[in-house]
This record gives sequence, C-alpha cells and structure tokens, in this order.
Amino acid sequence: MKREVPLFITAVIGLFMILSFFVPHQWVSVPADFLQGSAVILVAFGYVLGGANALRVNFDGISRRSPGWQYKVVLVVALLTTVTVGAIEGREFLNPGMRSKWIYDWIYSPMASTMFALLAFFIASAAFRAFRIRTVEAGLLAVAALIVMLGRVPLGDLLTDWLFQLKWLPGAPHTLHLSTFQEWIMDIPQNAAKRAIIIGAALGVMATGLRVILGIERSYLSGED
Amino acid sequence: MVVTLLLLAASAPAQTAPPDTVPAPRPPSGLVAADVPNDAGRGIDLTWKGSPDDIAGATIVTQYHLARSTTPAGPWTLIDSVAAGTVAKRDQNVDRGAEYFYRVDASGPGGITLAGSITGPVRATSQVINQTRWSVMVGTILFFGFVLFFMASAQSGKKPFVRRIPGIDAIEEAIGRATEMGRSVLYVPGIQDINEMQTVAGLVILESVAKLTARYETPITVPVTYPIPFTIAEEMVKGGYLHAGRPDAYDSNSVRFVSPEQFAYVAAVTGIMMRDRPAAHIFMGSFYAESLLLAETGFATGAIQVAGTANVHQLPFFVVACDYTLIGEELYAASAYLSGEPKLVGGLKGADLMKILIITAIIAGCVLESLGQHGFKLWMTTQ
Repeated sequence: MKREVPLFITAVIGLFMILSFFVPHQWVSVPADFLQGSAVILVAFGYVLGGANALRVNFDGISRRSPGWQYKVVLVVALLTTVTVGAIEGREFLNPGMRSKWIYDWIYSPMASTMFALLAFFIASAAFRAFRIRTVEAGLLAVAALIVMLGRVPLGDLLTDWLFQLKWLPGAPHTLHLSTFQEWIMDIPQNAAKRAIIIGAALGVMATGLRVILGIERSYLSGED
Repeated sequence: MVVTLLLLAASAPAQTAPPDTVPAPRPPSGLVAADVPNDAGRGIDLTWKGSPDDIAGATIVTQYHLARSTTPAGPWTLIDSVAAGTVAKRDQNVDRGAEYFYRVDASGPGGITLAGSITGPVRATSQVINQTRWSVMVGTILFFGFVLFFMASAQSGKKPFVRRIPGIDAIEEAIGRATEMGRSVLYVPGIQDINEMQTVAGLVILESVAKLTARYETPITVPVTYPIPFTIAEEMVKGGYLHAGRPDAYDSNSVRFVSPEQFAYVAAVTGIMMRDRPAAHIFMGSFYAESLLLAETGFATGAIQVAGTANVHQLPFFVVACDYTLIGEELYAASAYLSGEPKLVGGLKGADLMKILIITAIIAGCVLESLGQHGFKLWMTTQ
C-alpha cells in the first residue's frame, strides 16, 4: 500500500493534467488550476525540511571542525538572521525601507552579481580551449565562431564593406557583409541543429512523463519494494 | 547699441497665433464582442474600427476607453484604456456565463466622445475540446501507443538494441576513478524545480549513480536547489544504497539543501568543489548561466566531468568544459540505459518511431506548402 497509493494518485492526477491540456471546459480546468495552486502548499512544507537539513549539515560540520567550518558559521548566522528578520517584518518584508529588502539589495544582490561577473573570465578560458584547432571539425567551429562574433559587431561590417560588393551577381544581396554570413549560420545550420535537439528532447520529456505517470519509473517513491 | 537692440528684440514677447481649439474626437464604430474560442470561458475579445480622427501623427485621439456593463442602461465600469491606434483588446476579467454589454469611447485633448452605440449581450462560455489541439492529441495518442507497445514487446523478451552512449558509460568510469583516488563524487541535478522534466530525469539517474557509489563505497555529495527535488533526491540516494545492499553506508548529510537562488547555489557548489575536491563531477538536469561557472571550476580542480542537459543554449559550455556530455534526449534515455530494465529500454524505441513520424510530417508539410496546400499546416497550428 505504501507504494500503490502514491502510484495511483500520480497516475490519476498525471492523466487528468494531460486531459486539461485538451479540454478547456471548467469541469476540467478549474480542478486543474486548483491542483497546480496546491503545489505551493507542498513546497512550503518542503522549505521547512530543506531549512532543517541546511542547519543540520552545517552544525555537523561546525561541531566536527571540518575544513572551512568558519564559513559554515557565517552561513548559519546569515540564514537565521535573514529568516528571523523576515518573520518579524511579515508579508511586507520586501517593501522599500524594510531590513529584509536592505539585506537583499546590499548584501545578496552584490554577491550574486559578483558570481555572475566571473562568467566573463570563465568564457574567455573556455573559449581558449574550444577554439584550439586540432581537427577539421574544430577548425570549422573556430571559423564559424569567428564569423558569428565578428558579424555581430559593427567592426565586422566595416572590415568587409569593400570586400563583398557583388552588384554584378543577379539576385544577390546588394552587399554581402560579414553580418549576412553570420545571419545565415545562425538561421540555417545552427537553427536546424537546435531544433533537432529540441524535438528529441521534447519526445524524451513525454516518454519520461509517461513512465512516471504509468508507474514504470517509480524509483522516486522510495527505495523499498 | 546694436547689441542692446537685439537683446530687447529677443526679450520682447513674440506674437503668437491664437491657440488652436482641438475638436473632440469622433467616436469609434463597429465594436464587436465575441467569446474567446477554445478557452474555459475566461475571456471576451473586443474589436472595433478606430475613430476617423485616429490618424498616425495627429493628436485628436489619444486613447480609447473600454467600458462594460451587465445591463444596456448601465452603470458602466471602465475595464481598460488603450492607446490611439489600438483596435482590439481581450477582456479577461469576466465571470463565466454572465451577460455583458460593451462600449468604446474615444478621448483626446478636445474631450471624451461617448460611443454612439453599445454592443451585447455577450457571454464567455467554456468549450469542451480545444479545436486547435487535435493534431497534438493525435500525436500524443500515437506516441503513447508506440511507447507502450515497445515496452510490452521488450517485457515479453524482445530486448531492443540500444547504441552505446559514451557519456553514460563514462559515469561508471568517473565513479571508479573517484574510488581509486579515495575521493568523493559530486552530483548536481540541475537548478530547476521538480516541474521541470530535466530535473526528474536528473533525479532518476541519481539513483543509479548512488547505487554505484554505494557498491564502490565512495561518498557522494548532492547539493539541491529546491525543497521538493531535495526530498526526492534523499529518497533516490537512500534507494540506491538500499538496492546496492548497503543501507548502513548511507550518509544523511550527503544530500544537501542549498538555495533556490542561482548564484548562491553556484557559490555553495563551487565551494564544495574547491574544499572537498571530489574526483568526479556529474551534472544532469536543467542548467542556465551557472553551467560554465560550475564546469570551469570543476575543470580547474582536475575532476573528471560528465554533463547532460536538454537546454540547448548551455550545451556548448558543457561540451567545452566537460569530458563527456549527454545531448538533449540522451539525458532522458540515460535512466533506461543505466538501469537496463527492458520496459524502460523499450520506451526508447517508441520515441525513435515517433521521431520517424515527425520527420515524415515535416517533409510532408514542406511538400504540401510548396504545392500551395495549406490545410496540413493549419491543422498542425495550435493555440
């Protein structure tokens, strides 16, 4: 029963949600909206479990003096402070002038931006490795990347403005700038490959969903048979 | 002297023409109110012909005011105001089945001109079937039929052939390497919540990975972003250890709730990479800007890295920074591949057959459109 009941609920609700995609009638759409809204309640309970886990893992690390335990102290203090301030301030916690808002704007937000900014350096190091031409395919990738990168900035057109004047070719665009090539690369081969991956992935989504709904994929329930 | 005269002339009040009197705009006409088709009775579409004074560049009409009432005599409630030049609006704040009357007024600097007539009654009704989704329904039924057929076929003993996927084979290799080095395995199941199917796929793969780490007695760390995937990840890892016959080796601190905030999560995971130095990093799920931050930090630590995602825009980053990458559908196939369960492997064949059908439909659509036959395209267009 421990497994059968959840599997039955999953199957019924899963099939009902598929039905709601095709049947907009209120007999289906209203319960479907209600079910989707109810997920918020489950998530709220989940946050309690998650918070408890974060505290337990970090208290364990602090008590065992594991490497970097000082950071765990900072984390626990920050977590408790933020939750306490938010609980005291209530539903208006993100209104201007509130302490929670201050914490978000002046502590969290700059730190998140700093992490995001690191991406610029990582892109440079990754690009350095990606564009090393060792094989024919890597060479093609490097050439395509060069055309796309240059074609997307005014400098690319400036460099090629005089080069590709093809007025003599009937039906050709007035000028063939680098931006024309980059557009072709992005619109035709890149788009075709991207759509092929998306179609395959969409079928994978449906197959996985079907396996979960029909209870064929049931490992998410628990380890016990 | 000349300068003084010029200054006096400049400071003298200029002679101006008497201010133009802007006339009140003429009213719009032809208001049509119609129930939104194929919905749950939640909207009414309004279209009208603009005022004859609504001309681009002119300022006689600046706005149209849409008003609604439940009786022709009023009282009228303003439901929205739209800029001049707009001739359509959807009223999405209606009660299903209630009768409404509408009017549209024009306003400008010269004043407001009330509509010459009202339109109604009209009521929003819900439809039983969304008529634009027949093609999706047929495709879904066919796909489900294929998958179920091949699953049944595989269960009866006809195990279908599945090509080797190097990225999936590399998972065991990575865990083996971590075991040899006496270090842990880091498993990242994406940064999205459970409503994202890639997260589900990532969590399903996690059980197989946990089974391997349990067998090899290698510690595993699973940092998770959202609370629901966190609870499921705990079950998956527990299940993996149980199925490997080592439930006692399960460490309750191995699955960690971190934060749903993207860059807070990145900071935590890169911290784990730098401090604990796991020998294998496995990224399976939905990733965004953090993909390169995680994979490049992992690369710097020298760990063997296997990634899988269906987010096309992040694939290049993983391809560059990881040793193996599962592309798109390979992520969804991984759980079937790893478990080797005939029913799950059979499902992959169903997806393959559906792909053949989609390719055929694309070719047929191209041919029919080229011949000027638009029926197939219209049937495939959904709302």
